[in-house]
Amino acid sequence: MTDDIKTLTARLAQEPSSLAFLELGEALRRRGQLEAAYKVARGGLSRYPTLADAHDLMARILGDQGDLAGAFDAWADALRFDPMRIGALKGIAFLYFRAGDVPAALEHLRRASEIDPDDPTIPQAIERVASGPSPAAKPGAARAAPDASATPLEAPPQGAHTNGDHGTMLVDGKGLRLHGTLRGPSDEDVGDRVAAELAGVSREAARTSRLLGLGTWEAIAVESPEGNLFLVPPTPETLLLTVRDASLPLARLGLIAERAAREAREWLARHG
Amino acid sequence: MIPADTALERVTQVPGIKGSLLISGSDGLVVAERLMDGIDGRAIAALAASLVQRLDRATNGAGMRAPTFVHLRGTGGSVLAAPGRGDLVLVAVATVDANLGLARVKMLDAVSQLA
Repeated sequence: MTDDIKTLTARLAQEPSSLAFLELGEALRRRGQLEAAYKVARGGLSRYPTLADAHDLMARILGDQGDLAGAFDAWADALRFDPMRIGALKGIAFLYFRAGDVPAALEHLRRASEIDPDDPTIPQAIERVASGPSPAAKPGAARAAPDASATPLEAPPQGAHTNGDHGTMLVDGKGLRLHGTLRGPSDEDVGDRVAAELAGVSREAARTSRLLGLGTWEAIAVESPEGNLFLVPPTPETLLLTVRDASLPLARLGLIAERAAREAREWLARHG
Repeated sequence: MIPADTALERVTQVPGIKGSLLISGSDGLVVAERLMDGIDGRAIAALAASLVQRLDRATNGAGMRAPTFVHLRGTGGSVLAAPGRGDLVLVAVATVDANLGLARVKMLDAVSQLA
């Protein structure tokens, strides 16, 4: 055991409620002691479940362990507790890049760039992502990706679009379904019923945002015990609803919904 | 159990929260509020109640129970709503750089402990 790890371990033993687990977990991760790092991070998370740094640490460790879906979820959790967390934005961008989704990767990097315009690594990453294929498609080029985690990521995140999928549905301003399906608890199609209830939501959201000085409305997230709903307006006249199990972190559902909105805009352009 | 004032204070302490209020979800009336100057509590209450009602109906239509948390995100900030027991809804208005994760946790905690 090296001196710094010894010191940090002793500090954590002395003060189990301190934040020393963050440094210790990272030190262990950097030395490749991933199982030990994971245990330290898990212990820290149990004490500080809302600490974005702890989720960020866990994401890096899971990434190193090859659990990319887990890393994605942990970074999504980090963003949930700190939407301006640049490490998480870069990490998720990296995973999207690995999965070959360049637009989503760029979107997250640009968001990171807006938060910290002085970070020179972000424009470099944007340039690399914009100019080349994903490292997944180009073996041996993993380091060309945004170096948010410096992890040997091998494959795209799994299950990003299948976990607890209740459906995605595009609705017009009059409450009529344009495209997609929504499944109820008994697997019945509840799309038309829900579409009808969504008729005034976009207008209501726009009115609320305008009157409260919140600018243009971008999204509505709704949490329910049985599932989470995410609403985005692909165009001013339409509403896209994405519903997933409550077990899927809401921030991740937001990412799925953003991607679905892009596809919806393309679909509308083709069929409109 | 905690009184409404305590619940509102806990929420407004979160960085970026401009104010919070407790409203009646069915009629959109303010029950208690803690808002920065210049923010119209009655308007927030009416708008938030209306939006939560609509989303409640949509959620029910999907075969799910009533929402436990709603987040409307705009380009210049957010409105957060946590329906509680009975008819009460805890609402917060947040700036664009607010710690929304912390606000959500505080609101869910507060609304579950409301007296």
